[in-house]
Amino acid sequence: MTKKALAILLATLTLLSAAPSADEKHISVYSPVAIYTLPVLDRDGQEYVGLLELLEPLGRVSSESQGRRWRLRYNAIDAEFVAGKTRGRIHGRDFDFTAPFLIEDSRGLVPLSSLSALLPRFLGTPVNFRESARRLFVGDVGIQISFQLDASNPPRLALNFSAPVNPAISTEPGRLRMVFKRDPVVSPGSQSISFDNKVITHASYSENNGDAELDVAANQSLMASFSNDRKTIMISTIMVSATPSGVGTGPQNPAQAPPAANMASSNVNVNVNVHRILAVVDPAHGGDERGAALTDMLAEKNVTLGFARLLRHELEIRGFAVALLRDGDSSLTLDQRAAAANGARAGIYISLHAASQGSGARVYTALLPVEGTSKGIFHAWNAAQAPALPVSRIVSAAIVAEMQKRAFPVRASSASLRPLNNVFMPAVAVELAPGADGIADLISANYQQRAASAIADAVVSVRDRLGVQP
Amino acid sequence: MIPRHLLIGVAALLVLVVAMGIYLRHMRRQAGELESPAADALPVTPPASGPTETVTLYVADDAAGMLRPRSAQIPLPGGRQQRAEELLRALLRIYQQPGAAHPLAPAADIRSIYLVAPGAAVIDLNAAFADQHRSGILSEQLTVNSLVETLAVNVPGIQRVNILVEGKARDTLAGHADLSETFDVTTVEQAGGQ
Repeated sequence: MTKKALAILLATLTLLSAAPSADEKHISVYSPVAIYTLPVLDRDGQEYVGLLELLEPLGRVSSESQGRRWRLRYNAIDAEFVAGKTRGRIHGRDFDFTAPFLIEDSRGLVPLSSLSALLPRFLGTPVNFRESARRLFVGDVGIQISFQLDASNPPRLALNFSAPVNPAISTEPGRLRMVFKRDPVVSPGSQSISFDNKVITHASYSENNGDAELDVAANQSLMASFSNDRKTIMISTIMVSATPSGVGTGPQNPAQAPPAANMASSNVNVNVNVHRILAVVDPAHGGDERGAALTDMLAEKNVTLGFARLLRHELEIRGFAVALLRDGDSSLTLDQRAAAANGARAGIYISLHAASQGSGARVYTALLPVEGTSKGIFHAWNAAQAPALPVSRIVSAAIVAEMQKRAFPVRASSASLRPLNNVFMPAVAVELAPGADGIADLISANYQQRAASAIADAVVSVRDRLGVQP
Repeated sequence: MIPRHLLIGVAALLVLVVAMGIYLRHMRRQAGELESPAADALPVTPPASGPTETVTLYVADDAAGMLRPRSAQIPLPGGRQQRAEELLRALLRIYQQPGAAHPLAPAADIRSIYLVAPGAAVIDLNAAFADQHRSGILSEQLTVNSLVETLAVNVPGIQRVNILVEGKARDTLAGHADLSETFDVTTVEQAGGQ
């Protein structure tokens, strides 16, 4: 028993020591056949990488260590190096390293600074090694970026990539950060790109430790969504609040963005305190994730998108600022959806679904799991909804009441449905389900219009309860 | 000149390799005959035998969007874990009948239920259960609630339930109901009563 526990402990320690940490130096290699990262070792003030590990994903490779000599065969190319020497032989010709070749535990280590000259001797193709950023491009694999700013109000910035990308995206007030860990994104030409726009002001590109990073700066909160098979990232601003113009305005919530330039709504009286609350509308599913197959041809993702656009219109004419989490056939993970809504500090989150089972509509609030105790000001991710749940239920009841007025069979319930658990503002999910005989209704503009109008009226009726963040 | 004893050794090894190959082929053919294609698609566990007991099953009704308690007489084994498994299999048989109000795939089955102290149960579903489940919040949530409530009411002491598929954690049942979290029995019961 003790031996078993010891073995598990050792295995765990081995795994932990093998896991890359954020501080660990590494090199990213991008090639047409593989994209991978390798650890970089510091030896005598030089950076080294294992040559066998570097070549292994690119072709057939073997190595042999005999004392101070280390032989390597890559495809049909033989090479021999000697530990401590700067000169080796590759395919019968001498090669000079910039620092001595090293052998550690039978592994041959080569200095990073020699890779630009060394690798073409094995690969037969040119490589582009950005040593300061430790990013190695084999062949023509770079992904180009272009920027397209739509300066309308609110402005939108489209980042167009020459191939699909999958960056880690994070937001903070006035900044959206994209880190490309596995995408061979290359510099757009300039490290800093300025836009002739007062809201989205500039973007900056940087590379470090094998990663590329693109930051977009604005004087409002930003959110990003994917489209065009992940070849386009659309960055848009989120207007959180608008002109508390007139007299007697209370203290402004520092989390809220500056006043919006345009409030095109006849419902808004500018002579009183009016806050334009942000409603985040989330058309569920998208991209490869089709959701329920409502018919052989009709996927849930398409119904939810059309319905979301109608709801956006209905909410906007009632004075809400609205952000759709996707406005095309793009895919977002549940965590990305929650992060976008939380980052925008929305006043309400509405997730839209469609189904063929049951009859009528259902309005869901979160069914919170067991875990998820909050620690002080920090909310557990899986129970971030807990403080807002009472207001969510009020919103749900209001939607049920408004839909019943319009003769929708509807009921409220709870569901373990992400990302409802993960958003900290009032949140509901609405599932339209006119029944097996009424599937045609789902794509009927009249049906969707009535449902959207009911939801929007309900949200207006509880407007005073929204916008208060924990 | 190759020594004679070496030649004999190599020949013996060759004979052994050929014999092992023939034996392996024979064993594979036998194993193939034992496997029936239908066995993969249908639940194989027969209903338990023994004295019957009256239990309450919480049966989902899609049209009504709710669970309905239904009394049933089913044979239950003595062990707590086996009892839990038979309970849920009895529930599944209702869903697998033609014209069920909440149909589940014929191949859907409970692989196992683990009762882990204190008060926690883990339901392990087979792949067909999840892969062939209809997608939709209502349908998926009713399935989850039905499993959790039936288990909690008939197996005293269960307060929390996790659901796995083929022994592994899964994000959602069929695109909606979140299976990555632990279900609190009280919360599920309250939700069912809404």
